[in-house]
Amino acid sequence: MALLEVQEIRRSFGGLVAVNRVSFAVQPGQIKAIIGPNGAGKTTLFNIISGLLKADSGQIRLRDRAISGFKPHQIVAAGIARTFQNPSLFYRMSVLENVMVGRHSRTRWEFAGCCLRLPGQPTEERFIRETARSQLDFLGLASLAAAPAGALSFGQRRMVELARALATEPELLLLDEPASGLNPKEKEQLGEQIRRIRERGVTVLLVEHDMTMVMDLSDDILVLHNGEVIAEGPPATIQSNPEVVTVYLGGEFRPAEEVELARLTSRL
Amino acid sequence: MKKAEDRRQNQECGTEPRFQTSDFRLQTFRTLLPFALFALALVALQLGLRAAGREYCLTQLTMSLYYAIVVIGLCLVMGYAGQVSLGHGAFFAIGGYTAAVLTTHDFTRYGTSGWAAGMKAAHVLTARDDLYGNPILTASPGAAFCAAMLVTLAIAGLIGYPALRLKGHYLAMATLGFGLIINKIVVGTALFGAADGINGVPEWRLAPGLTVSGRSALRVENYYLAGGLVLALLVLLRNLILSRVGRALQAIHDREAAAGAMGINTAAYKLRAFVLSALLAAMAGVFFTHYTGGIGPSEASAFKSVRYVALAASGGMASLWGVTGMSTLLNYLSLRGLFGSYDNAVFGALLILIVSIAPEGPLKPLGQWLRKPFARSAVERRLEHGAA
Repeated sequence: MALLEVQEIRRSFGGLVAVNRVSFAVQPGQIKAIIGPNGAGKTTLFNIISGLLKADSGQIRLRDRAISGFKPHQIVAAGIARTFQNPSLFYRMSVLENVMVGRHSRTRWEFAGCCLRLPGQPTEERFIRETARSQLDFLGLASLAAAPAGALSFGQRRMVELARALATEPELLLLDEPASGLNPKEKEQLGEQIRRIRERGVTVLLVEHDMTMVMDLSDDILVLHNGEVIAEGPPATIQSNPEVVTVYLGGEFRPAEEVELARLTSRL
Repeated sequence: MKKAEDRRQNQECGTEPRFQTSDFRLQTFRTLLPFALFALALVALQLGLRAAGREYCLTQLTMSLYYAIVVIGLCLVMGYAGQVSLGHGAFFAIGGYTAAVLTTHDFTRYGTSGWAAGMKAAHVLTARDDLYGNPILTASPGAAFCAAMLVTLAIAGLIGYPALRLKGHYLAMATLGFGLIINKIVVGTALFGAADGINGVPEWRLAPGLTVSGRSALRVENYYLAGGLVLALLVLLRNLILSRVGRALQAIHDREAAAGAMGINTAAYKLRAFVLSALLAAMAGVFFTHYTGGIGPSEASAFKSVRYVALAASGGMASLWGVTGMSTLLNYLSLRGLFGSYDNAVFGALLILIVSIAPEGPLKPLGQWLRKPFARSAVERRLEHGAA
């Protein structure tokens, strides 16, 4: 059974159809990539899955449970966490506190209990701190715990945001262009971390422009163009898919025979 | 492996705390220190004023402390949750007026009915003499307080629910309009005493030997009551801010979309913070009304709401201590008549100055400037500590 099933999702902004009847599935334990040129509808699709945008029509199911129309916090509680294209940390807080916010949906004490520190609340607070720390340890960020989030480098912000998303204990992790703005070394480390996250049993769905990383990392690739799915399959199939190549390189698509014919005729 | 090595290195350098208990004690001491200092300052102020033979100043100080409660509540909703309310004067007035009406309105003509007898038996209604010695039947202050809280809860919920489901400054607009309406209602209704307000509000016996009253014999007692209330509130809000809920509110303030994507029900949390802060304002209103023996329509004016915002801003918005200190001081000066007839203008000008010159309030930059020659910035130290 698929972990995430997206069925016939459609969303338009005014007259522009950003996502048009997109369907696909993510299997548990997979690393799946969504690629496509700018404006293909990748981020819109992410925003719909994570509840920030509502779909005009279509269904989303997580472990066969309908989650379309859920608010973002309900999506997180259901088991989907996300990161943003521009790392959006809470800049007034420390790195550790940022990750502690990620524990929100897995903890329960509310206003009255926190004000009065009722029995159990301090224990939960310690538990939140410990699990957040272990998340930072997992990604090798322990040394940054006390630093204010606003003082981090771009690459560090990315990783802290990843730790914060992992702190929500997701089954499915959505990464929106995780490699953009990173240097080659950071990209390599990121790829390594994504593999380790998958080894922990978290399924990963990512939008990415860096083709080397996508081909290297993903088990399965979905190609979007003008809001529609034009191809889906393992990296090797996608690389040799003529339609995908045309979309990325530009120009008209011509069948292979025609190309061969043109080559032969040009010799004459 | 690497961690174990780090720890060993730290131990060699002596940075690892080896004596857990003393470290814990130090932590507790640091936590309690500001509260102890606040309590000490309250006592020192009272003893100082007594020594100087100016104990009458405690009256205005007590009133300032009640006003400070409104500003502390505003600090929660503005400084932490990041939502602007221009209606806290109105909530203060709702609390005060509900208490004043219920404890002064004569219910004698219902006195013979069965439910009135029941209410009397439950101490909801009490028979007493009014200012002129006529017997009247009014609500007891405790019951009026509960009613004031319920009314505020309902109104704050009604205002906040639609406004806080949206992102942006809708709460500021909704509360501004609401405050103006409340002001007009108060001035235009005979039940609320119209332009004269309500006088003759009885004292409120909280417990034996603890009475909210403006009598000069109880001046010191009431000063400590207000101070204690502020102190208790500061403890509770500090607990809240350093918890899951406090982090959620700050996350909403910083980036609402990301807060939602981290599992926080942003609309619900904004609403709860707003309602809590409205309840605090109304609570202050109830105590204030019993303390001064009455309430007038100026408490419900938009000037008052703007003043509370200005005071919260002058204290640094997200600093409980700064807000408490600045608010008590400035309200005290205002009540002593230092600003004369320019009272409202002073607070308006203060708000403009802070927004344009020191958006974080004057205290933080002042503190940094004072420490500059001696120490590096806190940010640098934290980073260095983290890297070590």
